[in-house]
Amino acid sequence: MKKLRIKQHTRTDFLTYLGVIILFVVMNILKSNGTLSRSLTGQLVPICCYMSMAVSLNLTVGILGELSLGHAGFMSVGAFSGIVAAMSLQNIIPAVPLRLAVAMIIGAAAAAIAGAIVGTPVLRLRGDYLAIVTLAFGEIIKDLVNCLLVGYDSKGLHMAFNLTGSKTIDDLGMKEGGIAIIKGAQGATGTTTIATFTAGFILVMVTLFVVLNLKHSRAGRAIMALRDNAIAAESVGINITKYKMMAFVTSAALAGAAGALYGLNFSSLQATKFNFNTSILILVFVVLGGLGNLWGSLIAAAALTVLPELLRAFSDYRMLVYAIVLILVMLTTNNPTLKTFFSRFKLHKPTGKEAV
Amino acid sequence: MFPKLVPMPSPNLLTERDADKTPILECINLGINFGGLAAVENFNMAIGRTEITGLIGPNGAGKTTVFNLLTKVYQPTKGTILLDGNDTHNMTTAQVNRAGIARTFQNIRLFNDLTVEENVTVAMNAHMHYNMWSGIFRLPGFWKEERVAHERALELLSIFNMADLADTKAGSLPYGAQRRLEIVRALATNPSLLLLDEPAAGMNPSETAELMENIRKIRDTFQIAILLIEHDMNLVMNICEGIAVLNFGRIIAKGTPEDIQSNPAVIEAYLGKQKEA
Amino acid sequence: MEFLSYLISGISLGSVYAIIALGYTMVYGIAKMLNFAHGDVIMVGGYISFCAISYLGLPGWLALILAMAVCTVLGIVIEGLAYKPLRSAPSLAVLITAIGVSYFLQNTALLIWKAAPKVYPSLIPTTNAQGESNALQLFNGQLSISYISLLTMASCIVIMIALTLFTSKTKMGKAMRACSEDKGAAQLMGINVNATISTTFAIGSALAAIAGVLLCSSYPTLQPTTGSMPGIKAFTAAVFGGIGSIPGAFLGGLLLGIIEAMAKAYISTNLANTIVFAVLIVVLLVKPAGLLGKYVPEKV
Repeated sequence: MKKLRIKQHTRTDFLTYLGVIILFVVMNILKSNGTLSRSLTGQLVPICCYMSMAVSLNLTVGILGELSLGHAGFMSVGAFSGIVAAMSLQNIIPAVPLRLAVAMIIGAAAAAIAGAIVGTPVLRLRGDYLAIVTLAFGEIIKDLVNCLLVGYDSKGLHMAFNLTGSKTIDDLGMKEGGIAIIKGAQGATGTTTIATFTAGFILVMVTLFVVLNLKHSRAGRAIMALRDNAIAAESVGINITKYKMMAFVTSAALAGAAGALYGLNFSSLQATKFNFNTSILILVFVVLGGLGNLWGSLIAAAALTVLPELLRAFSDYRMLVYAIVLILVMLTTNNPTLKTFFSRFKLHKPTGKEAV
Repeated sequence: MFPKLVPMPSPNLLTERDADKTPILECINLGINFGGLAAVENFNMAIGRTEITGLIGPNGAGKTTVFNLLTKVYQPTKGTILLDGNDTHNMTTAQVNRAGIARTFQNIRLFNDLTVEENVTVAMNAHMHYNMWSGIFRLPGFWKEERVAHERALELLSIFNMADLADTKAGSLPYGAQRRLEIVRALATNPSLLLLDEPAAGMNPSETAELMENIRKIRDTFQIAILLIEHDMNLVMNICEGIAVLNFGRIIAKGTPEDIQSNPAVIEAYLGKQKEA
Repeated sequence: MEFLSYLISGISLGSVYAIIALGYTMVYGIAKMLNFAHGDVIMVGGYISFCAISYLGLPGWLALILAMAVCTVLGIVIEGLAYKPLRSAPSLAVLITAIGVSYFLQNTALLIWKAAPKVYPSLIPTTNAQGESNALQLFNGQLSISYISLLTMASCIVIMIALTLFTSKTKMGKAMRACSEDKGAAQLMGINVNATISTTFAIGSALAAIAGVLLCSSYPTLQPTTGSMPGIKAFTAAVFGGIGSIPGAFLGGLLLGIIEAMAKAYISTNLANTIVFAVLIVVLLVKPAGLLGKYVPEKV
């Protein structure tokens, strides 16, 4: 046999890409002829970011099989470094799309570095211990950004760390015409919003491309092998730390890129946006969409971001309804009787694998 | 990338095989303590390059512990392991495997959510060289190595007539096929010493007979040494050229199958001491 | 003297964490699940006792008992409706359900009691009717320890001893330990596993109610999200001490409270949580199973 056969997964991957493209085209048509409500139009970029966050977290939780409760931390790192990059490069790179791309790459790089710093010690831990440490990490990032003061003037970047809470942006000693980018607990304000839906679409496609191709390469096989059985993986010569790091850092970098786009979509953004609840929200996308199932993550992310919008009719009750929906979905999808019923309609068997 | 499969042995290969008399594996005074209890003690053994050796003994004698020591799942507290003359001290499980020891597990440990083929190709990881970026961007290196790995996997699977199961999930294979897949996976790492932990467990006599043939075939084809733990005495006595008997963590007898069968210490270990008449 | 007073406020805070962590650790030990709704049970306990004191005019001890009763029932109901059907489901599904329950409790509280914080009437107010300080004065008044702190520390010690005796001496306690080791084997030995798990949730929730009352007495603002952060901290404390271990949760809670108080006093208020979490990470790197946890390597 000269050529690799077309595998089941190749078809699924192709359909996933196709689905995202169709969704993008449909949304653009709806947007241009005004069918889409204003609030929903405003949600387009965040939805893309959440989709990409869900896919990247699925790499850690579904494919690597380690529970992470601090994914929003990497988004935060990406968001604020992306904002700083975009704001300070305003004069150097006047072309907006290019500046956005550079900001997202810088966001990804910063988050990758954060991922490597966290991953080095943490990936030795197992299961729930790893979960608590990632949770702790997310909280640490939030607190650190809350203490951060960043400004930019003709002399370059100025940074200060507001340990005691007594410093203000004036302590940076910037020249006339300098701009304050991050103001401690107030977060980033006055950001020029340069994020676009097209950029969001490209982000989702790139994230999918990276995760799917990584999954179906030798690295992906090694990562899934150590998820399935770490001892056996070691016994066939797989360097566990190396591949865990690879998955973890890639996942962090993709989250950073998504964070940068997210940050550049709002003129004002606080670090508290990326708290434990956001990490959990993304985890919910991943679990509802199915572990290791990327198109599932995409659909869950889109549906659950739109759902609270659609529930506006319920006003005060909408988060309550959301909670009930969440519990009921978990109870029904894990009900043995219903599971066998639904599995009859599936193309191939689900690979529900316990991650923790 | 990998050496091609060696063809089936011809009589003149056998002489070639016996040419190198140095052992592939040497254990010198190997031992490990668990909380003061010596699970394995003074374990001395040498295995020839193409020898099939059996490690037998009653339950709890420490046989699997020996495997765990050889593969560094446990770090030995005493003694030395020489693999092809090199000390494996300070090596990790993964490094020992890359140095040439592959194993199977008593309680099957497959990658259940991967396909049969992926279970085999993942074991070739150390012999593949394209990096993460070639994988993500599907550069030529990816296609070239993946094709070779795919062909090699099918070739290895066909030893046990499993090539047509390549796309099945490993977790959904029947028990016997899972045991065989573990052996194929171990072989895919290109070992010079293969450790089999109770390969015939749970197999019926005809399956065992087939397995016996296959173990011989693997040794002859790949020219490697095999050390196996087995309770099926028929299998052990038939295919092993040397046997070591372990009891309470110590070797109580070593020798050819004929020596072992008539050794009083072995009989005592298995059947208990006979009352003085 | 300043140091001592920080230390005592740390121990007092740590005692609250320890009580919550004890509930966390018991539930984790037996159900092997991270019960993220545990923190919100604290909040419910706080609101129930708040209503009992403010609206019904009940005395503090009766309010506490009422809160414990309500939370116990709540714990059993949550377990029965949301967690029991998922006993054989993957642990992530249970985790997400727990998060759903947490959202549910928070938003129900939001609907009933609204978002505006309530000022909690402390069990022992800082000053009595005569305007004298309700505190133990030591070293000629250089060090004062409020009675509520003393009560908190005393409750924590009593609870920890009671739980240790309960799990080691009583039939139900032994059943709990058996279930946490091996549910299947416990069932074969004639232990009613479902009843044992329900009891564990009941005890954990009652402890959460006590913690809620004590927490709100010391930090008297009550809102629907009051329980979240203490819940996360207590979870951290449980892991810190070795999750599943009762003395571990006690030790972890106390240490966490002390570290937090010291960090606030001597380093930075803004970074107190960061320091707490950083210490946790360092401890886990040195002792991967927590201070008193047992590391059980997988058998090959």
